[in-house]
Amino acid sequence: MKRQISVTINGRTRTDEVEPRLLLIHYLREVCGLTGPHIGCETSLCGACTVEFNGQAIKSCTMFAVQADGGRVTTIEGLASNGTLHPVQEAFWEEHALQCGFCTPGMIMAAKQLLDRNPAPDDPEIRHGIEGNLCRCTGYQNIVAAVRSAAAKMSA
Amino acid sequence: MTPTITRTKAEPLIGKRVKRREDPRLITGTATYVDDIQMPGMHHACIIRSPHAAARIRGINVSAAKETPGVVAVFTGEDAKGVGPVPCGASLPGLRVPHHYILALDRVYFAGHPVAVVVATDKYIARDAADLVEVDYEELPAVADPEKAIAEGAPAVHPEWPDNVAFNFHQEGGDVNQAFAEAEVVLKQRITSQRLIPTPMETRGVVAEWKSGDKSLTVYSSTQIPHLLRTLLAGMLGLPEHKTRVVTPEVGGGFGCKLNVYAEEALMGFVAMKIGKPVKWIESRRENYLCTIHGRGHVDYFEIAAKRDGTILGLKLKLIQDLGAYHQLLTPAIPTLSVLMMPGLYRFRNISADIVGAFTNCVPTDAYRGAGRPEATHGIERMVDILAAELNMDPAEIRMKNFIKPDEFPFATATGLTYDSGEYDKPLRHALEVAGYQKLRAEQAQARTDGRLMGIGLSTYGEICAFGPSPATPAGGWESATVKIEPSGKVTVMTGASPHGQGEETTFAQIAADELGVDIDDVVVLHGDTAVVQYGIGTFGSRGTAVGGPALYYALQELKVKIKKFGAMLLDSDDVSFEDGVCTCNHSGRTCTLAEVSGAAHRAMKLPPDTPPGMQATYFWEPPNFTFPFGAHLVVTEVDRDTGQIQIKRYVAVDDCGRIINPMIVDGQVHGGVAQGLGQALYEQAVYDENGQLLSGELTDYAIPKATMMPWIESAHTETPSPVNPLGVKGVGEAGTIGCSPAVVNSVVDALSGLGVRHLDMPLTPEKIWAVIQKGGQA
Repeated sequence: MKRQISVTINGRTRTDEVEPRLLLIHYLREVCGLTGPHIGCETSLCGACTVEFNGQAIKSCTMFAVQADGGRVTTIEGLASNGTLHPVQEAFWEEHALQCGFCTPGMIMAAKQLLDRNPAPDDPEIRHGIEGNLCRCTGYQNIVAAVRSAAAKMSA
Repeated sequence: MTPTITRTKAEPLIGKRVKRREDPRLITGTATYVDDIQMPGMHHACIIRSPHAAARIRGINVSAAKETPGVVAVFTGEDAKGVGPVPCGASLPGLRVPHHYILALDRVYFAGHPVAVVVATDKYIARDAADLVEVDYEELPAVADPEKAIAEGAPAVHPEWPDNVAFNFHQEGGDVNQAFAEAEVVLKQRITSQRLIPTPMETRGVVAEWKSGDKSLTVYSSTQIPHLLRTLLAGMLGLPEHKTRVVTPEVGGGFGCKLNVYAEEALMGFVAMKIGKPVKWIESRRENYLCTIHGRGHVDYFEIAAKRDGTILGLKLKLIQDLGAYHQLLTPAIPTLSVLMMPGLYRFRNISADIVGAFTNCVPTDAYRGAGRPEATHGIERMVDILAAELNMDPAEIRMKNFIKPDEFPFATATGLTYDSGEYDKPLRHALEVAGYQKLRAEQAQARTDGRLMGIGLSTYGEICAFGPSPATPAGGWESATVKIEPSGKVTVMTGASPHGQGEETTFAQIAADELGVDIDDVVVLHGDTAVVQYGIGTFGSRGTAVGGPALYYALQELKVKIKKFGAMLLDSDDVSFEDGVCTCNHSGRTCTLAEVSGAAHRAMKLPPDTPPGMQATYFWEPPNFTFPFGAHLVVTEVDRDTGQIQIKRYVAVDDCGRIINPMIVDGQVHGGVAQGLGQALYEQAVYDENGQLLSGELTDYAIPKATMMPWIESAHTETPSPVNPLGVKGVGEAGTIGCSPAVVNSVVDALSGLGVRHLDMPLTPEKIWAVIQKGGQA
């Protein structure tokens, strides 16, 4: 039995008929065509699927699409505005905070959330804030540097 | 038509921190990984896998699955047995190679072994229907430990070879018996390098599309080796190679585990051809842990011979390699790389090594970041520390004493290699200086007085990179590049290496921009599509820049000759130079731009003598030797006496990877390499129980480092150019991993040395350390 849901994604509201068991990440990727968020584990451990739901960073592999009914979702695709990168995106580029790029969309969303909550985190707070997102390429060092640098730019 | 004017460069880009050109698509979520591919009529596959490590298949009932609405086909081993075996590309004398069907026929050999595949219109339906496939197994005894596997009476992994020995391999150099006879000190130690799970954040995935009109197959796969995969897949599927195309989309990390040809890649080709529709399979993380190759898996017995003044005379090794149930592409070759690198950076020339390749009922091991060299380096660097402790020598001093000296290069090792260049004391001295070694030792003495367990650990590693001269590799060790200058003067580079995170779209653009004197924005680097790019070997073994870079360099040189010929024609001169993207007549000073030259070469109204039209060059470069990067890592740790927790207080990495093209990217490679080395040293272990069940089968139970588990790495470099290639580059992809684990373990052993600890096997979990402390230093 499909159910109708209405979700505002990256500022646009859309209505779809979905199976109740459809995961939010599958809804975003396969129904909405937003392939920025990735699937690295489907068990909420890796964070590659991190998106913002009603202002909170969540792992979209452990939420059903029907639970997002009536809500607001922001994915990595919705972060830049009018072609201008978000300061966190800019800092990831500047500081070489990515290599293969697979974890990056989720990592950027987690980093953005961290800075929304704490505009001036120290290194341990940054590391704690992105602890739920795994990266196998960078050793996190340049991610920490990027979050630091984005924090400085955003508060300037 | 006014040709586009290319801006001339202000200064060389090589050596500069150039921001990566691949990043804009990656940070905006607009890159295309294999799971992002959608095709009209695409079907989805779900693979049924054995829950047992060893079992006979008595029967498979697929009827309920087949009747599920939306399911279009179910295939078993019987259906797919005509597809060629999963290939082993390595050859060793007497190697036993089991026939590796893409789907199990009548027996399964490891937990996760593919048995059947369900194909449906939707992946949820495929997954549901997979549960309806009934496989009747008769469970058999299994063996998961390589030492137990080769012991008397162990269950046979392959019934035809009851001793579980896939091969024995012996190599020696110099006179090891004499070295040991003359030795004043002989020390022995069993050292393990545990099985690791590579864990790229993107699992494997395949999309296969059969075009029945053309009888051609396109396979999109997350692989490090598109061309080799194409050659081998065509063979497995009985397709002509020129009608087989492999496309590597964005690859979310490989680390060696995608340097392979997997059953699922051929299986999706088989399915696409059978159903006549595109089909997608995306590996779950659980499958990735069960079925994608693991790394390491060594039990090593080392013996070192030395004089009392610390001079190392010789090294013996008995190496038991856990191969798993099959040979994947390079499985049996990996431990032979360990033997090659046994001498490390040291001058001794007496070596003997014996490898036993042991079959176990586990997923195969194969190349994982470092591939044989981390195991060797861990062994030799542990043995040097054990020797230093025995002789009461400083670990830095004993290393300096035994290093090959700069005037001894090229240096022929006891294992048949020729080290290209090195100043091995430089990174070590630099690391000691950065860390403040003498002060640290003083702090350590004070800490001991205070009852704290502080350790300082060193490793001075060497590695073998730039695989490699073709005679030393199974499928060619060269690399290729094509450079096209378009009629507008824009530059397209196509590399046969297939980068997947290493940043060659940037570093290769730096090289091309410098050589042609054009703006880097006028260069684009393409890779990873066999229908677009000339044949290439791929990215692995720190070879992308070290072999692919020189190929590009030589292609550019060929093109520059042609540019000058057209420049001479346009300027009506017999003496032109080409610099900064401009041809200049050395008599008149008149100039023409690269765009004008390339435009003239394409319009071809007039041609220089003996010169064909067009502006394109392809170069296949055969490296004359490997390259041998080196470095020194220094790690300061403190161990919590009450909990066994290890804190990394300092991590200093000084790496020498030859000439640096982009220091930002090089540092990134070191950071990531260290993270994987630290993962091995402290956290990670693939654990099979005695029945061959993988206990660390998910990210919940397999501890890859999180952000909070990594120290800040103080990374620095020395630059000793390699004489092997014109760029002087050596390769850096694996250095961090190779240098890291022995430095960490040496540091922790140093911290606990007051308790009498001489050696600890990885991973150094708090539980293990706590137990050692409780037992007063007994491991």
